[in-house]
Amino acid sequence: MNETILFTILSLSGLGAGAAVILYIVAQKFKVIEDPRIDEVEEALPAANCGGCGFAGCRNFAEACVKAENFDGLYCPVGGNDVMASVARILGKEAVEQEPRVAVLRCNGSCEARPKTNIYDGATSCAVASALYGGDTGCQYGCLGFGDCVEVCTFDALSMDPFTGLPVVNDEKCTACGACVKACPKDLFELRKRAKKDRKIYVACRNEEKGGIAKKSCTVACIGCSKCFKVCPYEAIVMENNLAFIDSEKCRLCRKCVTECPTNSIIEIGFPPRKIQDKEETAVGPEGREEKDTNSTINTKEE
Amino acid sequence: MHLGVPAKCLVNKGDEVKVGQLLASADGFVSANIHSPFSGTVLKIDKALDASGYKRDAVFIGVKGDEWLSTIDTSTQLKKDCRLDPAEIIHRINEAGIVGLGGATFPSHVKLTIPRGKKAEYLLINGVECEPYLTSDHVLMLEKGEELVVGVSILMRALNVEQAVIGIENNKPDAIAHLREIVTGFPNISVQALQVKYPQGGEKQLIKAVLNREVPSGGLPVDVGAVVFNVGTAVAVYDAVQKNKPLIERVVTITGKSLTTPANYRVRFGTPVSALIEAAGGLPEDTGKVINGGPMMGKALADPGVPVVKGSSGILILPEPEAARRQTEPCIRCSRCVSVCPMGLEPYLLMVLGQKSLHERMENEKVMDCIECGSCSYTCPSSRPLLDYIRLGKAEVGKMIRSRKK
Repeated sequence: MNETILFTILSLSGLGAGAAVILYIVAQKFKVIEDPRIDEVEEALPAANCGGCGFAGCRNFAEACVKAENFDGLYCPVGGNDVMASVARILGKEAVEQEPRVAVLRCNGSCEARPKTNIYDGATSCAVASALYGGDTGCQYGCLGFGDCVEVCTFDALSMDPFTGLPVVNDEKCTACGACVKACPKDLFELRKRAKKDRKIYVACRNEEKGGIAKKSCTVACIGCSKCFKVCPYEAIVMENNLAFIDSEKCRLCRKCVTECPTNSIIEIGFPPRKIQDKEETAVGPEGREEKDTNSTINTKEE
Repeated sequence: MHLGVPAKCLVNKGDEVKVGQLLASADGFVSANIHSPFSGTVLKIDKALDASGYKRDAVFIGVKGDEWLSTIDTSTQLKKDCRLDPAEIIHRINEAGIVGLGGATFPSHVKLTIPRGKKAEYLLINGVECEPYLTSDHVLMLEKGEELVVGVSILMRALNVEQAVIGIENNKPDAIAHLREIVTGFPNISVQALQVKYPQGGEKQLIKAVLNREVPSGGLPVDVGAVVFNVGTAVAVYDAVQKNKPLIERVVTITGKSLTTPANYRVRFGTPVSALIEAAGGLPEDTGKVINGGPMMGKALADPGVPVVKGSSGILILPEPEAARRQTEPCIRCSRCVSVCPMGLEPYLLMVLGQKSLHERMENEKVMDCIECGSCSYTCPSSRPLLDYIRLGKAEVGKMIRSRKK
């Protein structure tokens, strides 16, 4: 009896010791030497794994940061300048600062402004609908409203407005990761420079048709009349393909173009309400948007 | 207008054009010429909505009279003899802007140019109507049987093949009998009756049915020694080679259960679909969808004002209850889509991969072999939009493959 126990203990201990030796040798032989800084950098990143930097996840981005000589083309839009500064501190490199940005939807074709011309009953996906045809309204450039962008947003910054049928960006939650820009088959999202108090002025239209046709399909379409282009004192507006575009880098938010636009296709968000004649403007403008604008103005004031 | 690179416009605003005059020339090898189907004045060159659902470049012609180019032989007399050499035949087909009239609109001269090192043994002529409801090929075989067979002999000459088979489904006994009678004068052309089956109009399916050979995945029909043309294409080849007439018209079926006079019309390209509907007795009240093509692969039109183009084989008007899609339910893993797929794919898997944009995996699952026949979506008891997502993924994978080649 004793002999059996002794034999068992000895043989098992022998086996264990043998395995330990083998494991040790193997571990030494195939040791993966990894830069410990990768772990440190990864720790500093937001761990959202959103892919906004262009890499598959935060780990891959950290590896790229450690490998790279400088931070050209490496930027974590979610963490922003703070995170990039701490990454730079860890690696002893110079941080590259970028202006914080925010996504905006360049379409204001709400159900009211852009009546439906046909009924779509296929798969509820913008990508599928866009591959099939121009869309269920007269405008083939506008938002399809099936929410592919809402689906891809990992920060819960996008939601569909049931009244306008358009997605709404929550500026506080938006990290400018660019997932919506990639997901939108109509290329309606743009990452614009984030201004003070989240103020924004942009042309909410992508319709490249000639004025008359654009206006027929959507009452708030940009008709390419160039009025805004002429009035802009900072040369921030570019006219191309019957469409105005406001460069957020050059725009100083003077609001001159907004009043000039005959179709209200230029949107201003986050500004205090204007005096006298502006009340009419608000009344004419798309209701859902304007309501939100006033709300956000109040919010900023309270803050 | 056709598959491949869009053609380059040659006319300007204000130009006078005649029927058959070249409007736009092929831009590259996989492209085709476009000729004027009408005579009159060019009003403008602008974008116009077409059956794709998007606005594309188009030439607007103010129609005046019906004046044909003098080089076109407009007589109806049959010209049987063709002594041209293959290169000249292919050149004429290229000049005439002929594309596959079954619906895919692949430029025909590309198909006739056999890649080096390969040899075509058989020419198959597709007289299998591509989809239910459509009867344009059937009518063409009955009314233009002789031209068709001469067209086949010209194609045989161009391809240098010994044998040609015209495949026709059993539900068209009159067409089979009619063509069998005509081919008695042509020793190398035969007519083969086939089982009625969908999708047999796809070229790979037709090769399997007639020759019992399988085209390998990613391969071309010529890999198994076959080249397939639609009957409509064969008639167009006859017109182009023997009568010097470019491709400016085609037979279009206009049909639907509620239509008063469904019919087949020979239609010049550019004619609005709405005009066809008028000719067939006007749009019925219970119309749910106007479909360009057949019920399986066709696409509902957002606007019936779009023009008939080279690929329009039919216009189907579905009544409301039949047209509506049913509510999408979750997949119940019944694998009916797998058993009906004529290409042996797994549609349920491809759909999910498409939804998740996993394009590399889709490529490994052979999504490019999909012929988009729609059998999976049709058979799905949960009415899942299988083909919608597969088609989307296929387009993305196609882009991926093309960018890799560059």
